Amino acid sequence: MTLLVILEHDRGDLAEASREAMTAGRSLAEQMGDDLHAVLIGEGADHLTDEAAELGAQTVHVVTHDILTDYGPDAWAESVRQLADEIDAAAVLAVGTDRGNEVMAQLAARTDLPFVANCVSVDASDDEGWSMTRLQWGGSLLEDSTIEAERKLVSIGHHAVVASDALAPGAGTVEEFEPELDGSHAVTIIKDRAVLSQGVTLSTAPVVVSGGRGVGSADGFGILEELADLLSGRVGCSRAVTNNGWRPHADQVGQTGTRIAPEIYIATGISGAIQHWVGAMASKRILAINTDPEANMVAKADYAVIGDLHKIVPAVTAEIKRRKGST
Amino acid sequence: MRILVCVKRVPAPGAKINVTTDGQAVETAHLGFTTSPHEECAVEEAVQITERMGGEVTVLTVGPAEAEEQLRYAASVGCHNLVLVPTDGLALDPQRTAAIITETVGGLEADGGGFDLILFGNESADSGGFQVGVRVAHALGRPIVNGIKGIDVEDDHIVARRAVDAGFEVYELPRPAVLGVKEGINLPRYPTMKGRLASKKAEMVSQPIDAENGGQVMVRLHRPAETVKETVMLGDSEEAAPAIVDLLEEIGVLQ
Ligand SMILES: Cc1cc2nc3c(=O)[nH]c(=O)nc-3n(C[C@H](O)[C@H](O)[C@H](O)COP(=O)(O)OP(=O)(O)OC[C@H]3O[C@@H](n4cnc5c(N)ncnc54)[C@H](O)[C@@H]3O)c2cc1C
Ligand SMILES: Nc1ncnc2c1ncn2[C@@H]1O[C@H](COP(=O)(O)O)[C@@H](O)[C@H]1O
Repeated sequence: MTLLVILEHDRGDLAEASREAMTAGRSLAEQMGDDLHAVLIGEGADHLTDEAAELGAQTVHVVTHDILTDYGPDAWAESVRQLADEIDAAAVLAVGTDRGNEVMAQLAARTDLPFVANCVSVDASDDEGWSMTRLQWGGSLLEDSTIEAERKLVSIGHHAVVASDALAPGAGTVEEFEPELDGSHAVTIIKDRAVLSQGVTLSTAPVVVSGGRGVGSADGFGILEELADLLSGRVGCSRAVTNNGWRPHADQVGQTGTRIAPEIYIATGISGAIQHWVGAMASKRILAINTDPEANMVAKADYAVIGDLHKIVPAVTAEIKRRKGST
Repeated sequence: MRILVCVKRVPAPGAKINVTTDGQAVETAHLGFTTSPHEECAVEEAVQITERMGGEVTVLTVGPAEAEEQLRYAASVGCHNLVLVPTDGLALDPQRTAAIITETVGGLEADGGGFDLILFGNESADSGGFQVGVRVAHALGRPIVNGIKGIDVEDDHIVARRAVDAGFEVYELPRPAVLGVKEGINLPRYPTMKGRLASKKAEMVSQPIDAENGGQVMVRLHRPAETVKETVMLGDSEEAAPAIVDLLEEIGVLQ
């Protein structure tokens, strides 16, 4: 039997997240005593077979078809469904990105099998039933679950494992697979793309300076922007701020916003609700600035200043300028 | 346009989420409830579309009788028809939820005509299964794309934009279609006084429907391990500025 891992790529660039899927896949395949197979779909995927072998794939299935140009949830899931049948896969695994979870859900819908999204650990030692721990509430809570199914469908939470190459690469035997697809599977294929931003994004910024309800207004963010600029960072915010229309949703940190992982997160006027915290907790260090010493953000931060952000933030900016001026 | 939006009632926890002692649910004794944020935006999007193009928005929830609160809220911001499928407090797995919604949609469409568009949240805020919408769309034989942050309704198709790291992917779906919406697609309005009054009068249909369990069984909920750390206090006024800048220099983010 085999464990089949879905690899994601963007027109030929392997998604970093798929390295996590393969890392998790290796340990699962070992527990199951099964072979690790990987599947690459669509144009540009064929030259990623070596990378898949480095990541431990014994067999790499390259799926091609006229309609498989760009990504499309139906075309991808239907391809995987047919391939999984063909190789009699005991389980199919992806990483819990937008695409990963979408393809798995499509696959589950097509086969009417359970799909367990965003697992952080999986016990696959018993092939009758698996038990797993998965994320709820965007990671604020964990759920222990079990599934019994003739084919297990699972995604691994994005960032739940640290990606690594296999100690010994897999054989990486390449096999071509051409699924039977028709126009109905092409309906949801990407039609077009629009690039909006270049450079550091909120999720990759080394410094994030965030404001919450305590900032008080859209204009109040001026002082946070000035500080963020001096630190080559980005401005973030809480949902209270986006709900008030003070900042665009693209700036929101949290469960339904962006996950950040900066060197330092400066959280001002933010109480630290759990849904905000899950978006910020991967920060290396957190500095909270809050008038309330009891605020959850203060309790969870590495550093805190208790006081009015409207006074403290400009003072920090002034101090940086003073030091820069004197060197 | 006839639009259906599927919403879920979820607790609104604060600083931490507590679990009941039997590990079967979130402890909600001292909590308020809300609609999942992605779904709140789906409701707003549906209302905006019908304001532009005419038509009706139906809101559907599968949940406890108290989920009437979330339906009334949707009515207060402009939805027209409210449908509750009561669950007697049972926590359903995603397959069962999807089967119930599919059957309910069948009934609603047989009575009132087909929906041009069905909106889901990208994922529910609590259990986050990332699948109920996809299962329903598949069962109905309609296309679905998730992660949508922009919708344009054209005569015979729907343009949907999905947010990716540096921009958008654009999809074009024939009508009728299904979409999984993400927060940020719009800014949900607050109810007006008039809306609140109208929501009290809105008719709510309660429609018991059940389906088989799927294969996923929840054993228990628990909180992730927390590392307790000592917070270093840098001061209690703007006089802390030099200490903050020292810290920024020390960790190398100040060049
Ligand atoms: C399902 C779900 C998902 C959610 N997703 C997100 C999400 O992705 N991101 C998110 O942020 N929230 C999210 N929320 C909302 C979250 O629960 C909180 O409501 C929100 O984070 C609160 O924002 P806040 O901290 O800015 O506001 P508040 O909680 O009102 O806190 C304001 C803080 O500012 C402090 N303050 C006031 N004045 C000053 C001053 N002058 N100087 C310094 N400090 C001051 C106060 O002491 C207080 O601590 C979600 C909620 C739900 C139910
Ligand atoms: N009990 C429910 N009642 C109505 N809609 C639901 C329910 N559960 C999930 N949904 C819808 O399905 C979407 C995906 O849910 P999930 O698969 O749990 O992440 C949600 O955002 C809702 O729009």
